[in-house]
Amino acid sequence: MTCLPEKTDKKLGLVIDLDICVGCQACVTSCKEWNTGGYSAPLSDFDPYGAEPDGAWLNRVHSYEIDNDHWKGTVHFPRSCLHCEDAACVTVCPTGASFKRAEDGIVLVNPDTCIGCKLCSWACPYGAREYDQDDGVMKKCTLCVDRIYNETLPEEDRQPACVRACPTGARAFGDLGDPASAVSQSVEDRGGFNLLEEFGYKPVNKYLPPRKGSDKAPDLPTAPAKTTGAPIEKLFAWADRALSR
Amino acid sequence: MHPAYSVILFTTSSGAGYGLLFWLSLAQIFGSTSHTHWSFFFTLALALALITLGLLASTFHLGHPERAWRALSQWRSSWLSREGVAAVATYVPAGLLALLSLFKLTTGLEPVLALLSAVGAVATVWCTGMIYASLRTIREWNVGLVPPIYLALSAASGGLLMGLATSLAGPGQVWLNVVIVLALATALALKLAYYRHIDNDEGKYTAAQALGMGTHGIRQIDPPHTRPNYVMREMGYDVARRHALRLRWLALLCLFAGPLALVLLGLVVGIPMPLIYLLSCVLAGVGLVFERWLFFAEATHVSMLYYGAARA
Repeated sequence: MTCLPEKTDKKLGLVIDLDICVGCQACVTSCKEWNTGGYSAPLSDFDPYGAEPDGAWLNRVHSYEIDNDHWKGTVHFPRSCLHCEDAACVTVCPTGASFKRAEDGIVLVNPDTCIGCKLCSWACPYGAREYDQDDGVMKKCTLCVDRIYNETLPEEDRQPACVRACPTGARAFGDLGDPASAVSQSVEDRGGFNLLEEFGYKPVNKYLPPRKGSDKAPDLPTAPAKTTGAPIEKLFAWADRALSR
Repeated sequence: MHPAYSVILFTTSSGAGYGLLFWLSLAQIFGSTSHTHWSFFFTLALALALITLGLLASTFHLGHPERAWRALSQWRSSWLSREGVAAVATYVPAGLLALLSLFKLTTGLEPVLALLSAVGAVATVWCTGMIYASLRTIREWNVGLVPPIYLALSAASGGLLMGLATSLAGPGQVWLNVVIVLALATALALKLAYYRHIDNDEGKYTAAQALGMGTHGIRQIDPPHTRPNYVMREMGYDVARRHALRLRWLALLCLFAGPLALVLLGLVVGIPMPLIYLLSCVLAGVGLVFERWLFFAEATHVSMLYYGAARA
C-alpha cells in the first residue's frame, strides 16, 4: 500500500558528519559490495572497465567548494536515500512496490512487484533512486535492512555497511525518533540539519555541519622588538653590517 | 527530463484517441451526427485503436511490462494508478458501444454508454496531466495549467480526427467546425500562458539549499562518478535554449496556426473538408510530437542541484 503510515514506531536513519567526511568513497564501495548480494541484489554494472562505465549505486559522494556567509571551504558530501517521513516516491508508486515501513520508517522497494516505471525517481528531490536496467526495477538504499536485524551477524556488524566501513566515523546509525539516542543527541549538540528543508519531505537522515574555524587571530608579533641600545646589540649590528657586505 | 519516445507516443496517441472518443460520444448523445452505422463504428474503432496503441506504447518503457496490471492497485495515492484505472474503466462503455454498432443493435442504452465514455475520456486525460502536475520536483510540470492543457490538446487533436471522420461520412456540420476552432484556440491560449509562466519562473531552490548550507556559493569540484549515471541521464536532459525556442515556434505553427488557418480557409473558400481535415491532422500530429518532446526536454529536476545546476 503506497499510502504513508500515520506515524512510525521508530525513525531509523543515518547522521552524516560533514566536518569529518574526507570523501574517501569507502561507504560507496562497501554499500555496493553488500547490496549487490543483499536485499537489492543485483546492483548491475555496465561496461565497468570501459569508456562509459555505468551502474546502479545506492550511495554517492560529491565534493563541493562552499563560499557563502556561513561556510567557506571544501565539503565532501555523501548522498543516499534520506527515508523521508513524507516520501513522495512512495505515494506516486502505482503498484505498491514502494513502501515505508510502519515499524521503523525504512523506505523500501519490493523488487518482485516493481514494474520499473521510474516515476518514483522523478518524485525524489534528492536523486536517491537509481534504475537498474539489467534487473528492470528501481534500486535504493535499504538502510541495510538485511544487516541491522540479522542475528547471524556479530552484534557489531548489525549496522549499515556504509557506517561500518567509514574510517573516520563520519556516519552514524540509530533511531532519530528517540530524542535520547546517540544520533539524536549529536544532531541536537551540533545543529544537525535537513537537506532541502524548504521542500518539506521531512527527511529522517540528518547532516552535521562543518565546524567553524576559530574567529580569533593567532597572537603574532606585528613589528620587530624595539632595540634597547645596549653595547652587545651594537656589536651584533656591526657584525650584521660587516657580514652583509 | 529525458523525453522517452514511448511516453511521447503514448500521451499524444491516446490523448487524440480520448479526444475523438469524447466528441463522438457527445455527437451520439445529442444525435447530431451524419454518421452511418459503419462510419460510427469505424470512427469509434479508430479512437479505441489510438488509445490502445498509446497504452501499449506506455508499457514499452517499463522494466517489467508483464507486471503492468499491478499498476491498477494504488489508486488511493498514485495518479499513475488512477490513470490506469480510468483507462481500463473507459474501455467498458466504449467497447459496448462499439459492439452494439458493429452488430447494428439498438437498445436505448447508447446515450448512457456514450455519456460514460465521454466522462471516462475526460477523467483519463485529466489523470495523465496530474501525473506530471503533481510532481513538485519539476517546476515546469508542477503548474496548475498542465492538466487543462492536456485536456485542451486532447480535445483539439481528437476534434480534428472527428472532423476528418465526420466529413468523410457525410455533409459537414457547422457545430463540429466551431468546436474544433474553439478547442484549437483554447489550447493555444493555455499553451502560450504556460510558456510565459515557465519562462518567468527561475526556480525556488538553489544548490546551497540542496546541501542545507546557506542559500548560495556552491561549486561542484569533484563529481561522484566519472560518467553520467541514471539520475543524470533521466533527470538532467538538457536542451539548448536556442533550439527550444525554435522548436516552440515550430510546434505552435504546426499544432495551432496551420490547422486553424486550414479549417477557416476550408469554411470560407469551400475546399473539400476531408482534404482540409486530413492535412490538419497530419500537421497537428507533427506539432503535437514537438510539443510533447519539449514538455519533457524543457523540464528541469531539483536533483540536478547536486550535479552542478545553480537553481531548479
